[in-house]
Amino acid sequence: MDFLNALILLSNFVIVPSITYGSQLALGAIGVTLIYGILRFANFAYGDLMAFGTMCVILFTWLLKSWGVNLGIFPTALLALPFGITLTIIVSLFFDKTVFEYYRNKKSSPVTFIVVSLGIMFVLNAVVRIIIGPNDIVFMDGSRFIISAVDFKEATGLLEGLTIKSTQVITIITTSLTCFLLFNFLNKTKTGKSMRAYSNNEDLALLSGIDPNKIILITWIIASILATIAGTLYGLDKSFKPFTYFNNLLPIFAATIVGGIGNPLGAFYGGFVIAFSEIALTYAYKKFIFYLLPFSSDSTNLIQYISTDYKFAISFAILVVVLIFKPQGIFKGKVI
Amino acid sequence: MFFKANNLSGGYGEVKVIENCNFNVNRGEIVSILGPNGAGKSSAMKAMLGMLKLESGTVVLDEKDISNFNTQDRIKLGISFVPQVNNIFTELTVNENLEMGAFTSSDDIKDKIEEMYDLFPAIKEKKYQFAGELSGGQRQQVAIARALMNNPSILMLDEPTAGVSPVVMQEIFEHIIQIKEKNIAILMVEQNANQALKISDRGYILVTGQNAYHGTGQELLNDPEIRKTFLGG
Repeated sequence: MDFLNALILLSNFVIVPSITYGSQLALGAIGVTLIYGILRFANFAYGDLMAFGTMCVILFTWLLKSWGVNLGIFPTALLALPFGITLTIIVSLFFDKTVFEYYRNKKSSPVTFIVVSLGIMFVLNAVVRIIIGPNDIVFMDGSRFIISAVDFKEATGLLEGLTIKSTQVITIITTSLTCFLLFNFLNKTKTGKSMRAYSNNEDLALLSGIDPNKIILITWIIASILATIAGTLYGLDKSFKPFTYFNNLLPIFAATIVGGIGNPLGAFYGGFVIAFSEIALTYAYKKFIFYLLPFSSDSTNLIQYISTDYKFAISFAILVVVLIFKPQGIFKGKVI
Repeated sequence: MFFKANNLSGGYGEVKVIENCNFNVNRGEIVSILGPNGAGKSSAMKAMLGMLKLESGTVVLDEKDISNFNTQDRIKLGISFVPQVNNIFTELTVNENLEMGAFTSSDDIKDKIEEMYDLFPAIKEKKYQFAGELSGGQRQQVAIARALMNNPSILMLDEPTAGVSPVVMQEIFEHIIQIKEKNIAILMVEQNANQALKISDRGYILVTGQNAYHGTGQELLNDPEIRKTFLGG
């Protein structure tokens, strides 16, 4: 019984949140890794692109709600998602045409591209704050829980209640579906294969007659779709605040590099590695140990080794360790 | 002549790498470009592919002047190129490598792929393996097969036997002879001059960026001066 209680406790506070947060990071990391693989630079504007996409979804959610449209038990944001994605794609392509294309034609170095993307990051950052403001926005509606702690306790008689929020399930299902479609696209379709070919060997891709402009266009479209979905899922699960999205750039970059930069499958797993590390290392294990120990302890120690305020430090530490000892990442990406 | 390159001069900035070079090749003919290191062999090939800026000269394919075409447009016209290095997609399977070779063609490529596996049986059993996992000789076969996928009328090879063992070199040359029989024009840059001339119909010897000698494979092999200077006695 105590063992089960410990397991439920861990699921509740570590496993389920990690899978959810990991899914959100994974989608973002795949977007970053695709841009790196095809356009060959680390896009620092990605966190704010996610914020922009989420903002668009929120605005459309409000619009739909003002018309009295909703999805019942599902969040209205899911209905607004396609509109948000469309706007985000337009913005991405706008920045590509007006800014990135210029530097591409000049054959600028990757460092120049990174600085350029920083500039776009500031612009997007400001645009989002001007339109929707810097404050916390909760746009989740529909039913909150799939399994609530009280129901679970009543049903099982355990001391610990398992809570599964509907946003967690929505996140996991949406991520699975998105990744399934994306990996099928990359591995099965001619265009997807040509994207992988271009990422692997640009010169030979050109010699094979692959059109770089089309590849770049599709990359921006996919990256924008992923950014909007990842941002919206994160916002539904927690809340929307532009600064948080900017902060999420660090775990997303860490996930990208852990998985091997330029490798979409690596980025997918990298997201979960980072999420599990962040959450498992900042969790207070006192109660968990209490269930497992044969004797009772009156210790006031929470057995939490790192404060949750430091969760970004964990991403950063993983990033540094990977770059020093295994720069190509777990799944053999490009070495930067 | 099916493919003609006349009076090619060009280089990188101020430095001229090739000067007044002439090459031509017919369908069903193997022509080698030979010469010492730094003679401009690879640059000459790049010039014909539109990858090197020309100061003067014309490139004519099948009576059509393509001197001002960029590389991609030349490829669409049926010129295929196998670079010396990085000539396969290492992270794609052998099958996908071949598919990418036929990227510009819209018709069904299944038959074409089977044709390639008949020509290169060694890579057939590896078709679902990543090309990066293959041996040097097999990689080279994948590279040539990829280039043949878009039904080229002329195949250009930059040192196809660089860094492979003598046995594999023979194998690759045999494949090149088979390709010639498909009525494709073959132009190759080679380091292994002796071996290359044996299978070539004609050869050009470049010295410091200029045409020094030209003749049939046998003529060049038998010329005592050429033997002494370029073929090691």
